[in-house]
Amino acid sequence: MNGNLLIDPAGVASVGVSLFAEELSRHGVVVERVDWRPAPTDGRLALNRLALLAQRINRANDLAVQLMQESQPKLIGVRPAREVIGALEPGAFLHAGPPVGWAAMSGPLRGAIIGASMYEGLSQDPDDAVRQAETGRFKFIPCHDYQSVGPMAGVVSPSMPLWIVRNEGGGNVAYSTLNEGLGRVLRYGAFDQQVLERLRWMERVLAPILDDALQKLDSPLDLRALMAQALQMGDELHNRNRAATSLFLRELFPALLETRESTQNLLDAVRFISHNDHFFLNLSMAAAKATADAAAGVPCSSIVVAMARNGTEFGIRLSGTGSRWFTGPAGEVSGLYFPGFGPENASRDIGDSTITETIGLGGFAMAAAPAIIQFVGGTQGSAEFLTRSMYEITWSESQMYRIPQLGFRGTPLGIDCREVVHTGILPAINTGIAHKEPGVGQIGAGMVAPPAEAFIAALKGLAEVARS
Amino acid sequence: MMDRVVVERNTYHDSVLLMLLSEELRQAPGVLEVAVLSATPVNVNLLRDRGFDILADVGPNDLLIAVRADDARVVDDLVQQVEGRLTQHTSPDATNTLTPPPASVMSAAKRNDEINVAAVAVPNGYATYEVASALEAGLHVFCFSSGVELKDEAALKRRAAELGLLVMGPDCGTALINGVPYGFVNAVRAGPVGLVAASGTGAQQIMCLLDAAGVGISHVIGVGSNDLHADVGGLMAFEALNLLSSDPRTQVIAIISKPPAPAVTAELRKRVATVGKPCVLMFLGEKPPFQEKEQGQVGTIARSLEHAAIQLSTLAGGTLVLADMRPPSLTLGSIRGLFCGGSLCHEAMMVVSGAAATRSNLAFDSPLDLLHLREVKGHAFFDFGEESLTHGRAHPMIDPGLRNSVFLEQAALPDVGVVLLDVILGYGAHADPAGELAPLVGRAIDSRAGSCTVIVTVVGTAADPQGIAGQVSRLREAGALVTSSVSQAARVALVAAGYP
Repeated sequence: MNGNLLIDPAGVASVGVSLFAEELSRHGVVVERVDWRPAPTDGRLALNRLALLAQRINRANDLAVQLMQESQPKLIGVRPAREVIGALEPGAFLHAGPPVGWAAMSGPLRGAIIGASMYEGLSQDPDDAVRQAETGRFKFIPCHDYQSVGPMAGVVSPSMPLWIVRNEGGGNVAYSTLNEGLGRVLRYGAFDQQVLERLRWMERVLAPILDDALQKLDSPLDLRALMAQALQMGDELHNRNRAATSLFLRELFPALLETRESTQNLLDAVRFISHNDHFFLNLSMAAAKATADAAAGVPCSSIVVAMARNGTEFGIRLSGTGSRWFTGPAGEVSGLYFPGFGPENASRDIGDSTITETIGLGGFAMAAAPAIIQFVGGTQGSAEFLTRSMYEITWSESQMYRIPQLGFRGTPLGIDCREVVHTGILPAINTGIAHKEPGVGQIGAGMVAPPAEAFIAALKGLAEVARS
Repeated sequence: MMDRVVVERNTYHDSVLLMLLSEELRQAPGVLEVAVLSATPVNVNLLRDRGFDILADVGPNDLLIAVRADDARVVDDLVQQVEGRLTQHTSPDATNTLTPPPASVMSAAKRNDEINVAAVAVPNGYATYEVASALEAGLHVFCFSSGVELKDEAALKRRAAELGLLVMGPDCGTALINGVPYGFVNAVRAGPVGLVAASGTGAQQIMCLLDAAGVGISHVIGVGSNDLHADVGGLMAFEALNLLSSDPRTQVIAIISKPPAPAVTAELRKRVATVGKPCVLMFLGEKPPFQEKEQGQVGTIARSLEHAAIQLSTLAGGTLVLADMRPPSLTLGSIRGLFCGGSLCHEAMMVVSGAAATRSNLAFDSPLDLLHLREVKGHAFFDFGEESLTHGRAHPMIDPGLRNSVFLEQAALPDVGVVLLDVILGYGAHADPAGELAPLVGRAIDSRAGSCTVIVTVVGTAADPQGIAGQVSRLREAGALVTSSVSQAARVALVAAGYP
């Protein structure tokens, strides 16, 4: 039972007209002013519908976030995609973001499909690939539908090796591709011979070595522990993965040497990993996917369990609305460009890597990554401001992932879709910028805002199912 | 056009810092290209694609400064700038560590555990979510906003009851809890009278009359204008009654509302019987005959705010005596009531309609609107705080501008004989309402050469911030008759208009 206001001293949170707050302060009452702004009309209507379900939604959110907290993603191996994803028959491709057809696909995604189809031997050349795609010979499925995530175009085809991550908390599994490196790579839509050869090498040489080494570890590699450490070493695990990649290589190194691989193969494998500052990104994403999936399917929960883009649309999923996607247009990234490139060359926002923000890393943890903050033209202070703003839209704080610069406060965990719409504060996302033409590669990095309409649509969807 | 590539061997700088630097220097006049990069194979290819000539003997530990400009001077300058900047410590200052303000009541409550009340005054239609979140965050609620559906109000109040929390509202303008003023409240002395108010200005009229009689207030618990509607069922009123019944400071209780739904009245009577303290029920707008025959049974029914104040005063051991007003001169014609306070408007209208027909914008059938006020004949009453008039405009108690300009129009009409106005003082109200109104009163009276009577009810106390003595004297000097009770004002209006 709450206190008796006729007796207890009053402390007031004031929302709206400040006139009353001033009077209260003059009377010596403790007053916190809420920085309120009106939600757009359809957001307001959805919020009012959900208001009467607040108790039920709050309880569901407690559960969903607890499931995230308890997640322990462990890296258990590397296997070809066809072995773990039955739906990946020849001609089927997974891709980043919500569902999209060939006609609507962005340049980088089309390029990646073309490349993947040639890699699989389904097409002889790019024109052949395009013809097959246009005549409906290929099937396109979101990665998220099969517990997977892929950065940028995020294309997965049957022969590609996937990281297998098991959540020892919830028992669910997640997959991601291996990171190809920087420059002209499939995930940026490149499909030349070099790209295909690199993919084949990864499949035939790199993946077996990695799997072999992983099996030689005493216990499955604890991704959560590694990520927690990297977060305290200047990584935010989306756009900054240098520390995590280094820690990963260190973890695996002795086991790599224990494999019976030839020196040349080992050397090539180790060099490949060492030269790629973002090698760990795909693991960070798979770990985040395993964590978010654990929280999916809690009836009435307004917690966001997926945020993903395909270069055309940005989609989200809520815990309480099952596999339904709520979408809006993918945004323009605002940031810094490599020499010779500018906003006119940029593809729209693309990739499943926002799964990291979904569990409170990436842009949400920007206060922990001083090197990245310069992408927002910012200071350490503004990076901290951004992370602190994310606490306004999240349900809780991580018990595992902590930010030294905020006094080791846990990262903002569990995006509450209601509060995104209520406050107008959109999830902060850091991302790379791809060239809009297939195959050119990364041309910069910066910040992007997700479409508010996706969150409003999600609330409406939740209101529809939460009543019944 | 000139190119230059400088190689700094074994030099490392953070890649983001370098990008920032390149971007900045690219803006300088005459510069065609600037790239400062570590000489990784990818970057070397990038520069070669851009037409720079990069030698083969560079490696990832080396730094490349590639510059292209209109002429040699610009190139030299650029290279110098780059080298200069790279040797400086150029980390941006880290002093700006602002914390964003709380964006929701939940967030405010999390940050400060002294917070136990949410005061909600957002535009109409936004309040439902605010009230619901506040309750789940364990806060009592004072809700000035309206626009909450009745069924939602009922559900929120049921939830509040489960949690032992108060919802004062929606559409609650006045509350005074444990000495803390919420909304529009007068500075009154502490005392034994507790009010349960579904009407803000009604509560204000009563508390001011009591204060003048030396009788103080324990608490005013606002319950919102719709609490006693059939669909809400008096949920907060009953809760408030319980609280006042167990409150040691409260000896006498009044419930002020427009007439509740019959089922609610019946339940109210039952509860009042168990309270154990004398209760006065004041249902504004209840048509006579008032159930005065039930006096002495459970609860006393008051026939007006003034009457309620008198009864409460007696029950609390005080004496309320209204100052006599000198009889006004006869100014025949129609009576116009133009009010900032809805209940004051209602009460004045009830008194006048006892003698003659009246129209108002409060009526259920054919309500008056502002345009027709110029054409209508006969007695008419207008509440300027009514919801449709406060869209995008401050409440008239804060800004009486519209009411005051309509007053000038109405007072100028030849068939208008009497105008009734209110001036409400206290916390939250306009800082000098008489200062705005008095000059207009003077003009109106002069222009009608004494054929129009202006009667102003000033609702306020000696301790109110506006200074009641000054407010009253300004209005009297301007020629208005001034009283503290709107019932009295209405009776005087009838006399001035020629009614017996």
